[in-house]
Amino acid sequence: MKFIDEYQNSKLAKGLAKRIAKQSSKHIRLMEFCGGHTHAIMRYGIRQLVPKTVEMRSGPGCPVCVTATADLDKAIALAQLPNVIITTFGDMMRVPGSYSSLQQAKAEGTDIRVVYSAIDAVEIAEANPEKSVIFIGIGFETTAPTIAASIIKAQQKKIENFHVLSLHKLTPPVMKALLNLGEVKLDGIICPGHVSVIIGSYPYEFIPKNYGVACVISGFEPLDILLCLDKLVEQIENGQPGVEIAYPRGVKPEGNSKALQLMEEVFEIGEANWRGIGWVPQSGLKIGGKYEHFDADKAFSVSLKPVREPKGCRCGDVVRGAATPPECKLFRKVCTPERPVGPCMVSSEGACAAYYQYGPPENSQEFSG
Amino acid sequence: MCLAIPVRVVSIEGDEAETEVAGVRRQVSIALTPEVKVGDYVLLHTGYAIGVMDETEAEETLKLLEEIASLSEVH
Amino acid sequence: MSDTILLAHGSGGKLSHDLVEKKFLPFLANPALNKLDDSAIFEASGRLAFTTDSYVVNPIFFPGGDIGKLSVCGTVNDLAMNGAKPVYLSLSVIIEEGFPLDGLEQIVWSIKAAAEEAEVQIIAGDTKVVNRGQADKLFITTSGIGVISPGVDISGANAKTGDKVILSGTIGDHGIAIMSQREGLRFSVPIESDCAPLNKLVSQMLEASSRIHCLRDPTRGGLATTLNEFARQSNVGIMIQENKIPVKEGVRAACELLGLDPIYVANEGKLVAVVEPSDADKVLAQMKQNGYGGDAAIIGEVTSQPPRRVIMKTKLGPSRIVDMLSGELLPRIC
Repeated sequence: MKFIDEYQNSKLAKGLAKRIAKQSSKHIRLMEFCGGHTHAIMRYGIRQLVPKTVEMRSGPGCPVCVTATADLDKAIALAQLPNVIITTFGDMMRVPGSYSSLQQAKAEGTDIRVVYSAIDAVEIAEANPEKSVIFIGIGFETTAPTIAASIIKAQQKKIENFHVLSLHKLTPPVMKALLNLGEVKLDGIICPGHVSVIIGSYPYEFIPKNYGVACVISGFEPLDILLCLDKLVEQIENGQPGVEIAYPRGVKPEGNSKALQLMEEVFEIGEANWRGIGWVPQSGLKIGGKYEHFDADKAFSVSLKPVREPKGCRCGDVVRGAATPPECKLFRKVCTPERPVGPCMVSSEGACAAYYQYGPPENSQEFSG
Repeated sequence: MCLAIPVRVVSIEGDEAETEVAGVRRQVSIALTPEVKVGDYVLLHTGYAIGVMDETEAEETLKLLEEIASLSEVH
Repeated sequence: MSDTILLAHGSGGKLSHDLVEKKFLPFLANPALNKLDDSAIFEASGRLAFTTDSYVVNPIFFPGGDIGKLSVCGTVNDLAMNGAKPVYLSLSVIIEEGFPLDGLEQIVWSIKAAAEEAEVQIIAGDTKVVNRGQADKLFITTSGIGVISPGVDISGANAKTGDKVILSGTIGDHGIAIMSQREGLRFSVPIESDCAPLNKLVSQMLEASSRIHCLRDPTRGGLATTLNEFARQSNVGIMIQENKIPVKEGVRAACELLGLDPIYVANEGKLVAVVEPSDADKVLAQMKQNGYGGDAAIIGEVTSQPPRRVIMKTKLGPSRIVDMLSGELLPRIC
């Protein structure tokens, strides 16, 4: 597969790994803000390819994991309304809410359908004019423009029974929030690859400028990630933090202007409730102005029972990078993909699921960080 | 985030394109990449092309990686 | 005859008889079945294997096969995986009212073709019809009886340290073929289901070696789940190499598109064998001679540590755990 296979070459990987080892003299801590990166780092065993001086922590990069329990409860409650079809990406189905999950609600008879694209949700709305179709909008800046485009399309086709529960969140604001929190001292950030295809590299410039933290945008193949680590180590060792694109075949500094324009047309920026972090200003997208009638929050009201967080669950800590999955007492012993306690174990992009699924064998000391 | 894979644009009709990768064909919306041309590679995410791949940059990156690999063998 | 299934087709009366005599018997005819008695009578001796399975696949028609072919191959393979020679099958069909008769004919035809290839006879059958909405088009249950030759002892609990792990061919074909038919996916793949009866492949393998310890077909849950089952049943470890696992390019691309890992995707015409190391090459050579084993490869071996775990050496070198599939295989966006 073009643009993928070439970046999995093991000889080139070894070359990069050697160079990283050669450059790295002191202990540094890096964080990725993208579930896709969490997944790829574990799947390709990147931690085993880099020296122990390079510590990698997972940040709030999994849109499922950072969805607040209250929001998930809302989605489940919406499913119980009469004549409602809930459409959602598969990632959300098994996440435990306070009392139930979308999968459980589906088993109990509510109409919940997994879709692969917002386009499908619009088509379901078109095909079922007597029902209300609500799309659960999760995802960061990679996905939000696709939802914006689908809302515009629905508007053009005069489809009135299509609604979106916008739980979309923004990446640079949560990076700022974590850096301000100062809970986990970071030297560098592995910036999300596909979010950056949309937003470009300029939105990260405040990070080296105000916090002295190095930023490099990475792709998803093993060579992409290693190249990113190489550049981060170089920036940090030289004391010259900046913003670099290590994924130039996909990312331009100015991003995708059409996508940004569509996002601006449909969404307004407001505060958002991030699991494990709380309300972060200017970090969420709400459907605005002339597209208000597509907003599920405005079209429907549900009453919610008090939010219950699972006892002993440290997803919040994991999502902030304050704890690694093995540090959670429930990890593997109580919390497993079959019986997940929190979202980090359910979503395949969650740090806990990635560690569980791909983690190096227990009897090796490969967990760095 | 997140899952997006490079696919080749085979034909375009309005705001949709037919794309192909290893024989797998997928109908894709190009609402976010209206400038795309047949033969281009785009990044496909949830049914939409979110960006056009830059083949020149791709080659540059590979060249750089080869250089790094050969340098590390010498030392 | 009407062109769709009516409730009356399942009520035991004239229409039921018509259905059996016109739509089933002509295709599946054999002495036992033709008698149309309440039970089939046959003789068998020695160690017998017995299995049953229900088939509820959706869509019922897919590239490379249909629910009928699946219902024969699945049960034939379950018998073959214990080293049994499949002999007889029973066939129960539950049909939703309104199901098109020509669809049923197509399915029965597939059953006939698969049974002929596997050299099994369908000697008992049953048909029921339920109200519209009470079944999703068509459900099939098959039970099978096979005979195990003396000395053959194949079980998931028999793997020994040092054994080689052999995979009969490319993985993920069936699951991807099915997914491509699912509504909303809007993609077409040059991939057909690998649905096939593997009993002849297995008997050829048994001729090559009497020291095949385990056999299983990696259906739901894929290769990863089957290997984990062996590891747990035999209390051993299994180590495999990612770059040795054959995967068709189209399957790989489709998996990337959907965010799936081919090692978890279902197969219906593949098997995993755990073989005494000194016999592995012989068995592999034999497999490659069979049409269903052309892409066979040794993908790993059985280890003693860590026990009950499957470890995979990835393309780039580092090793990672391969766990069983948990929950459903759902396509993901991130």
